[in-house]
Amino acid sequence: MLESNKDSAKLDAMKRIVGMIAKGKNASELFPAVVKNVASKNIEIKKLVYVYLVRYAEEQQDLALLSISTFQRALKDPNQLIRASALRVLSSIRVPIIVPIMMLAIKEASADLSPYVRKNAAHAIQKLYSLDPDQKEMLIEVIEKLLKDKSTLVAGSVVMAFEEVCPDRIDLIHKNYRKLCNLLVDVEEWGQVVIIHMLTRYARTQFVSPWKEDDGLEDNEKNFYESDDEQKEKTDQKKKPYTMDPDHRLLIRNTKPLLQSRNAAVVMAVAQLYWHISPKSEAGIISKSLVRLLRSNREVQYIVLQNIATMSIQRKGLFEPYLKSFYVRSTDPTMIKTLKLEILTNLANEANISTLLREFQTYVKSQDKQFAAATIQTIGRCATNISEVTDTCLNGLVCLLSNRDEIVVAESVVVIKKLLQMQPVQHGEIIKHMAKLLDSITVPVARASILWLIGENCERVPVIAPDVLRKMAKSFTNEDDLVKLQILNLAAKLYLTNSKQTKLLTQYILNLGKYDQNYDIRDRTRFIRQLIVPNEKSGALSKYAKKIFLAQKPAPLLESPFKDRDHFQLGTLSHTLNTKATGYLELSNWPEVAPDPSVRDVEVVELAKELIPAGKAKKENPAKKFYSESEEEEESSDSSSDSESESGSESGEEGDSSEDSSEDSSSEQDSESGSESKGENKRTAKRNSKIKEESDSEDGEKENEKSKTSNSSNAESSSIEESSSDSESESESESEIESESRKVTKEREKKTKQDRNPLAKDISLLDLDDFNPVSTPVALPTPALSPSLIADLEGLNLSTSSSVISVSTPVFVPMKTHVLLHRMSGKGLAAHYFFPRQPCIFGDKMVSVQITLNNTTDQKIANIHIGEKKLPIGMQIHVFNPIESLEPEGSITVSMGIDFCDSTQTASFQLCTKDDCFNVNIQPPVGELLLPVAMSEKDFKKEQGMLTGMNETSTVIITAPQNFTPSVILQKVVNVANVGVVPSGQDNIHRFAAKTVHSGSLMLLTVELKEGSTAQLIINTEKTVIGSVLLRELKPVLSQG
Amino acid sequence: MIHSLFLINCSGDIFLEKHWKSVVSQSVCDYFFEAQEKAADVENVPPVISTPHHYLISIYRDKLFFVSVIQTEVPPLFVIEFLHRVADTFQDYFGECSEAAIKDNVVIVYELLEEMLDNGFPLATESNILKELIKPPTILRSVVNSITGSSNVGDTLPTGQLSNIPWRRAGVKYTNNEAYFDVVEEIDAIIDKSGATVFAEIQGVIDACIKLSGMPDLSLSFMNPRLLDDVSFHPCIRFKRWESERVLSFIPPDGNFRLISYRVSSQNLVAIPVYVKHSISFKENSSAGRFDITIGPKQNMGKTIEGITVTVHMPKVVLNMNLTPTQGSYTFDPVTKVLTWDVGKITPQKLPSLKGLVNLQSGAPKPEENPSLNIQFRIQQLAISGLKVNRLDMYGEKYKPFKGVKYVTKAGKFQVRT
Repeated sequence: MLESNKDSAKLDAMKRIVGMIAKGKNASELFPAVVKNVASKNIEIKKLVYVYLVRYAEEQQDLALLSISTFQRALKDPNQLIRASALRVLSSIRVPIIVPIMMLAIKEASADLSPYVRKNAAHAIQKLYSLDPDQKEMLIEVIEKLLKDKSTLVAGSVVMAFEEVCPDRIDLIHKNYRKLCNLLVDVEEWGQVVIIHMLTRYARTQFVSPWKEDDGLEDNEKNFYESDDEQKEKTDQKKKPYTMDPDHRLLIRNTKPLLQSRNAAVVMAVAQLYWHISPKSEAGIISKSLVRLLRSNREVQYIVLQNIATMSIQRKGLFEPYLKSFYVRSTDPTMIKTLKLEILTNLANEANISTLLREFQTYVKSQDKQFAAATIQTIGRCATNISEVTDTCLNGLVCLLSNRDEIVVAESVVVIKKLLQMQPVQHGEIIKHMAKLLDSITVPVARASILWLIGENCERVPVIAPDVLRKMAKSFTNEDDLVKLQILNLAAKLYLTNSKQTKLLTQYILNLGKYDQNYDIRDRTRFIRQLIVPNEKSGALSKYAKKIFLAQKPAPLLESPFKDRDHFQLGTLSHTLNTKATGYLELSNWPEVAPDPSVRDVEVVELAKELIPAGKAKKENPAKKFYSESEEEEESSDSSSDSESESGSESGEEGDSSEDSSEDSSSEQDSESGSESKGENKRTAKRNSKIKEESDSEDGEKENEKSKTSNSSNAESSSIEESSSDSESESESESEIESESRKVTKEREKKTKQDRNPLAKDISLLDLDDFNPVSTPVALPTPALSPSLIADLEGLNLSTSSSVISVSTPVFVPMKTHVLLHRMSGKGLAAHYFFPRQPCIFGDKMVSVQITLNNTTDQKIANIHIGEKKLPIGMQIHVFNPIESLEPEGSITVSMGIDFCDSTQTASFQLCTKDDCFNVNIQPPVGELLLPVAMSEKDFKKEQGMLTGMNETSTVIITAPQNFTPSVILQKVVNVANVGVVPSGQDNIHRFAAKTVHSGSLMLLTVELKEGSTAQLIINTEKTVIGSVLLRELKPVLSQG
Repeated sequence: MIHSLFLINCSGDIFLEKHWKSVVSQSVCDYFFEAQEKAADVENVPPVISTPHHYLISIYRDKLFFVSVIQTEVPPLFVIEFLHRVADTFQDYFGECSEAAIKDNVVIVYELLEEMLDNGFPLATESNILKELIKPPTILRSVVNSITGSSNVGDTLPTGQLSNIPWRRAGVKYTNNEAYFDVVEEIDAIIDKSGATVFAEIQGVIDACIKLSGMPDLSLSFMNPRLLDDVSFHPCIRFKRWESERVLSFIPPDGNFRLISYRVSSQNLVAIPVYVKHSISFKENSSAGRFDITIGPKQNMGKTIEGITVTVHMPKVVLNMNLTPTQGSYTFDPVTKVLTWDVGKITPQKLPSLKGLVNLQSGAPKPEENPSLNIQFRIQQLAISGLKVNRLDMYGEKYKPFKGVKYVTKAGKFQVRT
């Protein structure tokens, strides 16, 4: 049919041939007939011929050459699809003779106008390389050229080629690093995965470690293979404050959106990037996304769980909030179940162990016996790791001994054996119980374990041990080898401790062992006989026999099987298999000193604007943290100048014809960040002056002032700098040297700033706006802030997320104090705290807390500071400045900020003096998690309308009518909660509004007076939990007389 | 990267193979069969298998194994995700991803695989692009093709491939312009014996069906976007807008696609719409047991709960079950020991229940654990989290589209331990 003139007949024939190929049948004898059709006009026939050709060309090299000329012609075709597919097929024909032709074609295609063809060229590079590795040098040239390509289409493929051909030529990446980072979001998803993996490796060689040394037992563990002097150097480095390379920051920032990708591989790639190269404090965001992947299909779950297992060993905190997501369902496949169990074990700690054990109880009963056995092992591991529950676990396991299923019992025996070995306490009862089990249990491992236990503790159970040996002697020949060995051991131990009763038995067993079929057992028998039975030949050793056999044995460590996996890069095949896969590229350790960052500077003019976000990354991030919301406000007021700068930079860009949306968006972001930081700088200056005034009145230390002025001038100068950089992006004609020098000065400035930091602690309030990645506790200038200063700062800090919500001053500040530390338990140091209901100056998500410290002793208390903090996930504390000393009978008030994350969980921390540490905790009343909000009645109703349904909680209050006067209600409500009053048109409805401090969710409170002595209390909020707690607290207050 | 792909059916026949580099012999699959045998259950076949020269990464979908052969280091998720994408594409093209469908369309499958991977690296995986390159089979087209001899294969490069919005094809035209969104929320929960919630969370997706001409630029906003705790996006969504304004702004692909999937923040309490009263007991030393479950509505926000199905994996010793439902019908498969009770709708006046006797294998010890109940249900016109779409705006095109949003709540992995 292939000879037919009709296309349809040919097509039909080709389809059949492809069908044969698909089934794996050999169709190679048709080669000549098929090749003839390579020039067919019909595109479908052509494609099928291509399929055939690629499959069989390797076998029929000579005949394949016939088709080459067709491809060469097609490479010049005006249709890019045809050019591309010709290149694809040409490079897929694995015939060594055509290597030069391929090389030529690749070179030509890499300069093609169509990015699609260039992409195919990148693929062809790998194919040619695998066909003929000698071409490497030439291919690297092409890769270098293609790396410069600005198309997002090409980026992924060329990095793939780079990884395959020359992964060690890191120098090729330098110039393209920033471009790749910026393009990343727009590259297709498969390319993203490859690029992220490559950039992770790159970052590990080019930047210094962002991991703080002091958070690092785990770090040291991680780097245990590093030599000592390296460690020393590291500690040396510690003295210098660490600043993150802007390019490093750029990478971390630009990959963050990809955590939201729908492609599991991309999410995993970003997660491993964060894990390996971001500062530890920032890696937290990956856990949420990884947990999301667990909803995916079985295979994805498997891989993700494996990676989580590795991560959870090193850093429990990361996944602790998601503990329940790892609960096992009875429908999960066994491999998923065991992995989840593994993670649960890793996450177990004192706080959650009781819930976990309850959960484990369910698992033990599972029908999946393999899983039940794994659970028992897990319980054993938890018992050893957490000493509080060891006894509980042991009791639970003993209960399991009476389980009906043999596998469960056997597993329990083995685990109990391990636990008992670890605890040299008397557990005679358990051992006796287990000895009884020997009659019924048949699983060899369990039998062997019991025998070993009895042997080890034979002096504690003198009565039953010989009896057990007698029974075993009877059944010796029918036992498993493992059990036989343990019988021999038991016999030997008993012989040594209790030779009177067991001498004959031991002899008998040794005789049995002598003629056993297994040579291990014969060997052991011989060894034991020589050792314990005294005869004239026996040497010095037999004297020590008792010591040898009954020595204290070290307890086995129950460790996670994922412990040793961490040296593989996460998310890789090698990690999954726990062996090095071919082509696995080792992730290098952080360099001690960062290589010259200037290699990444690009001399191309238009890339100068990419420099800016990189340089600014430092500034931008902390600014976001501190003023994110107020910025918006600022921005809107400055909108005219904003739009100006934006339009300026955009018009500057339109000249660039080749820009696609990615560049657009990046430039948008540029101008945005530009204006943002401009605004910020203005504010900084403003604020500086304000603070100056303030502290002038308070303490007029000259030194302070001097450094302050210098600082503010600093800020000013940097704002000038920024604006100049803005204008630069417009003009696009800055030369490289200039930008270089600017960077250097900036860097120097930063350094000087930081150098000043420790010297002038008093002024560190000003330093708040300096970026400081190492979170050194920022100090407070004066113990108690005067309210006017707070009021001044208010305007800066408060969030104004929508026009409706504007924070007002608190209506009423209750002076109720709570005891933080009683003087009896604090060895004379007493501490009280109260909530001043002022917006916190340390961060807009924090609740400010004032702590009054009293010294009731007759001696000075020195160095009062906050020690170790035990906070629930997400919670943050801004600590107060250490107090150097507190005079007897003296008292001092300090402020601190706590971000409670809108929950009433307690913040526990240690209040330390020079000599002691006291554990204290602060639990906020729910009403203090709010900030009052001023809004009109209309706005209130509008917002309330949006927060109905599940977001509404209400209750009815009954009380005497005299309690329903407006003033009484107002007084009662504001006493409990920090809310603002909303003017009301109706007499019988009182409205209050507030927002939560952390998330800024609205909290709307309505008290509606009804007839008689009832009233309805309604709370509308997105935070239903807080809402209902508040409701519960308000109800009794309002209803009492 | 990906060297070869083998498709294997349940009975262990390799019915399709495709190689992107030099040919790998079928015998490599023996390692896979070995692992499959060891795993006993198809669900338990490890996705990654190491063999002396290759690595096998496999997925199990619709009773088929997709086994790919890898030779060098590669992120395993990359391959797994790609294989699933391949299966999705087959599903999309042939309506089902089954052995029969693939065998019938072997040529299209081959053409697709050829386009999707080049030298083992993914080339085009967006279904919008693939459909322009290779037309999906329809009866009409195959008739026309056989008469006119025209082909299924497009001869120009799809415009999407080159643009920076590869998911949308150019020149889309509809007479009726429509945009529909389905907000589907699933409740994942584990309820313990006493009826207390051990774990519950809401997972939601928004699926869109967009048939709009030209290049529309849509933005979708919510009444309460703060509810969304963790979100994953279709690549078309502009991340920056979402970060700053919590608005979904995007140029949509043409046709059906998943816009976002999200998780509702775990701080919010999850309303559990149904409760189950159960008493399952097996008597010691007798070959019978009692089985009694009743389902009732709870926190259903005044909506009816429909499509309730209860699935129970009974213990191995159960021989047969003799039950009477007050509503719906039940089946018990004595081979797989799966009890399925199709309940239908709940009417609060008369709660559906299923009662009866369980026959156990005589002599065997009674099972220690009661089986857990897996429950499926559906509530129309309700998103249980309270998520509401506020408005949909369209820019860039003149016409007025027809818009619609549908809410539905379903049970996800909803398990009641007994």
